[in-house]
Amino acid sequence: MTRRLLLLALLLAGSRAQAQDTTKAVDRGVRIGLTYEPGVRPSIVVLPARGLDSARSILARDLDYSDRFEVVSVPPGDSIATTLAVPGGGARVTPQSSTPNYGLYRAFGADYGVELVGPEPVVTVRLHDLAASLVRQEEKFTLPAPNAPGYRMAVHRISDQMVRWITGTPGVAASRILFVSNKRIYRVDSDGVDIQPLTGETEEALSPAWSPDGSKMVYTQFNAGRGALVVLTLATGQRATVPGTTTDLNITPVFSPDGKNLAFARSNEEGTDIFTFNVADWCCPLRLTVGRFADNLSPTYAPDGRRIAFVSTRASLPQIYVMDNDGADQELFAPFDYGVTGSSNAPEWSPDGAMVVFHREVSRVLQLFLLEVAGRRVRQLTSTGRNEDATWAPDGRHLAFVSDRSGRRQLWVIDTESGRIRQVTTTGTTRLPAWSRRLQ
Amino acid sequence: MSLSSRTLLVAALAAVAACGGKQPPEQPAPAPAPTAQPDDQAARDKARADSIEAARRAQAERDKAAADAAAKAAALKASLMQDLTAMIHFDFDKADIKSDDESNLNRKAAILATNSAVHVRVSGHCDERGSDEYNLALGNRRAASAKRYLVGKGVDGSRIETVSFGEERPVDPGHDETAWAKNRRDEFDLTAGADNLMAPR
Repeated sequence: MTRRLLLLALLLAGSRAQAQDTTKAVDRGVRIGLTYEPGVRPSIVVLPARGLDSARSILARDLDYSDRFEVVSVPPGDSIATTLAVPGGGARVTPQSSTPNYGLYRAFGADYGVELVGPEPVVTVRLHDLAASLVRQEEKFTLPAPNAPGYRMAVHRISDQMVRWITGTPGVAASRILFVSNKRIYRVDSDGVDIQPLTGETEEALSPAWSPDGSKMVYTQFNAGRGALVVLTLATGQRATVPGTTTDLNITPVFSPDGKNLAFARSNEEGTDIFTFNVADWCCPLRLTVGRFADNLSPTYAPDGRRIAFVSTRASLPQIYVMDNDGADQELFAPFDYGVTGSSNAPEWSPDGAMVVFHREVSRVLQLFLLEVAGRRVRQLTSTGRNEDATWAPDGRHLAFVSDRSGRRQLWVIDTESGRIRQVTTTGTTRLPAWSRRLQ
Repeated sequence: MSLSSRTLLVAALAAVAACGGKQPPEQPAPAPAPTAQPDDQAARDKARADSIEAARRAQAERDKAAADAAAKAAALKASLMQDLTAMIHFDFDKADIKSDDESNLNRKAAILATNSAVHVRVSGHCDERGSDEYNLALGNRRAASAKRYLVGKGVDGSRIETVSFGEERPVDPGHDETAWAKNRRDEFDLTAGADNLMAPR
């Protein structure tokens, strides 16, 4: 037992050093206002699974990206790491079939082991508590064929269930991120794989946003200085242009949390102001702001749908304000020093309602900030490169955002609790991301 | 009057008529009909050659005059077009008309006053330094600023439409202040009445 603890401590010390180096090399200073404590997370190993290498590797990466575990890496398949030499006899025992070799996986320093038992399509998933040498949970999942469109999302759901079994809260692997690249909207799985275009090559699209159930998206169809709002049903590809949006420049659309309304901004000679449109009844546009000489844009709903945070230039530079969902009680939301604080833009209210993320200009460069809704306190989240247009993961803990820290603007994900970051896209330029809720 | 001098006179008259711009003859003056004066054969040949040459010169002068007039009109139109479509520029995150650009806009207002058929589209643009979506609103404000200025100078608002491209159409793809300064601009396009531009008085 003492030996095991020592080994565990050594492994954790090693992983801590590595994690810090990685973080430092990529983003020195990103952890402003965060406590980064690797090593206190439970460690988990995804056991080799005969014939299920693909599912296993997706699952292991999802668990790593959940930022809730130290994922112990074990080579896949029949590699030597899966066998254990028995002292004296020279015979080998393979940890397969119904009873895994708990001792072996404990030696890797893991607290939990995930076992996948095929053959596909029905995969039995067992969560082993390695210290207690017992099966904590077991569930059967039916997977589509490995090359079928739904395969990766089905494996992501297994991962999210693992996270729920261990932490009580499901993971966010079974979600997707919309983004704009070279005037087209694409979607990508939360792990950065399977990038698919959703809008055409001849169309110029901006500002995608998900419907809460993930079945639709709304975006600005930009056309020679004007922009219409288009609601696209993802499963069918059916498009509907929101009435009244074809003549002006209509921007920054979002769905309300109940999916019944859109809030967006309309730019014309009167200025830029926030409106809502009832998508459930497909009617009834409503004007929420009257800017006169100030612009109002980028609405974002609180999760209860009753309040809307937004950007306004009423105090000269754009800053973050809040109002009721009918436009009443408009007030400053994120405090700033007049004449000192830079422009603040692109707010998004977190799914748990506790935070609003936005970006603010600091020394001529955009950086991410968090506004604590309860205390109305603001803290800076990033400081390396230019960081902008953040969007919350369904867990209210991870954020996807655009950063040029690697050269070109690319999609990155940060865990606001640990400060860990990872790059999601690597080609072209990427902007205006929108993270879905959990997808069923 | 010798034949050759008569021919010259005809040619000279034709040239005068051409210079006067009054219905120039379509064809060179016809050579006189041959007469039974074999001694004058050489003279007649010369006269005919002179006549053709004179007519050619006259035509060339007419062409040149027409070309000059066209060039002058084209130059005037180009100059008026250039004044009408000259861009104006903005400070970072600002939509105020800079004093440097007021003479530019005043000239536009004067040309628009003289050419009441002309309609203009003002498009506001931004640099990449600001926020992508906010820049659409900022570009809108920049276009509206120019329109408000022109309307203030007496141009009917119905002749000016405004659009915004945000940072979607940089003129300079660079990533430094020089490029950004060029990209923070209003562009002016004529959407109607661009033919027959007249100079303001």
